[in-house]
Parts: sequence; C-alpha cells; structure tokens
Amino acid sequence: MTRDLAFDVVVVGAGHAGAQSVIALRQAGFAGTIAIVGDEPEPPYERPPLSKDYFLGEKTFDRLLIRPASFWEDRQVTLILGRTVLAVDPDGRTARLDDDSRLAYGDLIWAAGGAPRRLTCDGHDLKGVHYVRTRADVDAMLDEMDAVEQVAVIGGGYIGLEAASGLRKLGKSVTIFEAADRLLSRVAGPPISDFYACVHRDHGVDVRTRLVIDGLVGENGRVTAVRAGDEVFAADMVIVGIGIVPAIAPLVAAGARADNGVWVDAFCATSLPHVYAVGDCAAHENVFAGGQRLRVESVQNANDMGSVVAAALTGAPRPYGATPWFWSNQYDLRLQTVGLSLGHDALVVRGAPDVSGFSVVYLKEGRVIALDCVNAVKDYVQGRKLVEQGVSVPILSLADADTPLKAFWPTD
Amino acid sequence: MVGLVVTNRRGEERAIDAAEGLSVMEALRTGGFDEIEALCGGSCACATCHIYVDGDASAALDPMSDDENDLLDASSHRTARSRLSCQLTCAAKVAGLRITLAPEDQ
Repeated sequence: MTRDLAFDVVVVGAGHAGAQSVIALRQAGFAGTIAIVGDEPEPPYERPPLSKDYFLGEKTFDRLLIRPASFWEDRQVTLILGRTVLAVDPDGRTARLDDDSRLAYGDLIWAAGGAPRRLTCDGHDLKGVHYVRTRADVDAMLDEMDAVEQVAVIGGGYIGLEAASGLRKLGKSVTIFEAADRLLSRVAGPPISDFYACVHRDHGVDVRTRLVIDGLVGENGRVTAVRAGDEVFAADMVIVGIGIVPAIAPLVAAGARADNGVWVDAFCATSLPHVYAVGDCAAHENVFAGGQRLRVESVQNANDMGSVVAAALTGAPRPYGATPWFWSNQYDLRLQTVGLSLGHDALVVRGAPDVSGFSVVYLKEGRVIALDCVNAVKDYVQGRKLVEQGVSVPILSLADADTPLKAFWPTD
Repeated sequence: MVGLVVTNRRGEERAIDAAEGLSVMEALRTGGFDEIEALCGGSCACATCHIYVDGDASAALDPMSDDENDLLDASSHRTARSRLSCQLTCAAKVAGLRITLAPEDQ
C-alpha cells in the first residue's frame, strides 16, 4: 500500500531519466527521502535492448536492469511500482495515484516518458498487433513468435528498422510500411535513408514507402493482413513503431505550460512551482538546435537531464547543454549520431555508403551541426568536436574521406 | 566467481566477486559502483564505462577492437591502461584484475 506517504522528492517514471535523477541525487549527497513511481512492475531497466539483444534472446532481463534491485534499497529509495500518477496538485504538492493514495512531495520530477502512438484504423485492436516500449510489450510479442511467419512493421523509424533486423535474424518474412517517401525521414538525411533501405532489402525485407496503412484485417480476432488502399499484404503479426505521445496529461491538467511535451527551462523546471520534467517528455530549448524548443527521445537526453535536475535540487544548478548522441544497431551495422541534424541546409557524404563504413555530415550556414556515422567510429569521435564547437568546414574538404575529421579541429 | 579489485573515483578500494560470463561493466554495475554510467548498455557505442586496468591479469584480457580503440579516443583521460569495461569478460584468467574507474568526461 502506498497510502498517503510523504517524500522530499517524488520521481514519476522509472525509465532512464527517472533512474538517473535519483542516482545523481544520491551521488551529490542528497539525504532526503525519495520515491520513484513506475507504471511497470520492474525496477528501472534499459529500453534500447528491447528492440535489440533482448528481442533476440541474447540478453536475459536481469542484465537490462539499470542498477541491481538491491541498489535502490541500499540508497534508501522507495520504489512504488505498477502504479500510475493520475493527478498532480501543485498547490498542495501532492500526486494522486491510481489506487487513490496520495504522495506528498517537496519537489516532483516528472520523468514519465511517453506511450507509443497507437494505430486508430480498422482492426487496430486485433490480437497480434504489438508496440515496442516496455518489457511486457516485447514479452507478449515473443510469446507469439514461434507461430508467426509474416510480420508487417508499420513505421520506418529506428524502432521499426531494429525490429525488422531482429525479425530477419529470427527467420521471419518482413515488410516495412512507411508513410513518408523514405525511411528515417524525421531523423536522418536521404543518404542514410537510402542506405538503410538498400541494406534491409539485401537482407530480404520488403521495404514499402509512401504507403499508408488504412486498416488491419483479422480472422477470429487475430490479425491476418494489413490493407493499404487496394493492396492487401498478408501478416500474422503487426509491429507498430510510429513514435510516442508524451505522457504529461496530469501536468497539463494542473496548468503546466506544454505543447508537444511539457515546457522546461534550462534547469528542467516546468512552469509549476517545485515541478521538474526530464527525458522524452520534456520540451526544452536545445542549444544544439539553435535554441529551438523540442523533445529529444534518447538515452543521452534522459540521462543528462536527470543529472541536471539533480544538480538543481542540490544547490549546484547548471544549465542543460549536453551534446546529443544516439546509436542504432541493425544487422552488422552500428549507426552512431552526434548532434541534431534538424534544420540542416547542406550535407556531405564521407566515403562510399557501404558496410565498410561511411558517414554523413550535416551543416547549417556552413557550420557542422551533426553527423550520422555508420561503422565509422573514428568520424563519430572526431566529428563530435566539430559539432560541439560549431566549426565551419568547406564542404569539399569534408567530402574527402581520407582526411580525418580531426584535421578540421580548431586550434585552441 | 571471479575476484576483481576496484578503486572508485574517490580513491576507495573494494574487492568484488563477479559472475563468470558477465562483462566487467555489468560486474561493476552489479557491484554498486554507481559512477559507471554505461549508457549504451554495453554495445560499444559510447565511452561511459571507461576504466583503467592494472595487475598481472590485465595481460590476459580480451584484445582491444578498432572500435573500442577509436571510442577511447573520445576521452580526455585516456592512458595506456584504458579500456571500455563493457568489452571485457569476467573469466577465470582475469581473476585478480585491478580496476580503477576513469574520471568522468564532461
């Protein structure tokens, strides 16, 4: 029972952002009482392996735990799991849970992330339709996997592509459906999209772009096909990866300023007193996007915001300005991204796009703002400094893959 | 179990027993060394599990891949003893390995 307890800090959300907020609070010597409320039954665990190693059975769940279960007890952190916060009262400084209990807080850290965006078309509620956000999601998928032959992956973003890669490894027949004219259209430039479309096709995936799924077809309550216009594609499983919807309803209802995420300042404070927000759900002005307000869905962002909020709450505030980075593993390819390519006005491909390694450098007004590096760790490491310092490099020089990127580092 | 001797960022030394087959990163995380971030979960995609290795057992460690070598270059604290702990496996041959957590990179 969690009836009417009080904590100095209540963290809502037991993902990467919530976990790191608490780890960093204790590292900074914060001695107050802390509770983490998580809507899943598990203590904080890593989500990226859900579409990679865990999906393939290469890692057991206990190896995904961000910290061993005993850690939280050792650090005197109360885990309230399997519970959802339904309402926040910023005047009374309480959070109401779905068992009707109330938690009083000194400060609230909202780290609730997001829920997968759901299909709403005909047949969306058929059995065999899956999302990839939680362990339970993936376990439900794996339970059915033996009987599955043909999978429709809806959404050609990183989640969908990683799932497709895993499914091929499991020997399933896979079709990817993407509504835009190319894969990864929201997050990467055309050379990366084209390359990954080729790679997936080489691995036997049917990649369909500019195709909107209008409905799912079922028999006896279970999906058997997906429909796009006049075309019908057989599928005995559907995996949907079409983004997330930030989980911020209780904060919005409490009057927090929000628009595609709850707005936070550079110290992760929301417009409500004593309420902070971190991770996927926090819309912040990102210095790596020219100060544009946005949400970043990544482990890096979740983790570094967690550290920022802990610093703010322990009397050593420092603004959020961490370098964005990201990775995606598919087949034998490791993509590593540094910076945010959003808003680039030019791009340069270094090296021939194949598995031996290449990278794409994104520029805005002549300055390097991001890189996508495929099996090209050197470019990733050396390009980071170009992004962090916004270095201007002539495009023709960048295109010469034989010149290491550190040749363009500014001389301090 | 494989015995490791670990020095944290405050200079405190502690011996831990790690299950064979785990990565050294996982052993550190399980052993309560919360300075180890290991953000990519051990897929050799970041450099947030950087350690220094020492002692006779360090000669028996798995060799360094090009990717690990390149990633370590991202750290301003790299030395000849630097490794990414996610790339090292706890095995009998590395029993007694001495590990020091590298300083945090900003």
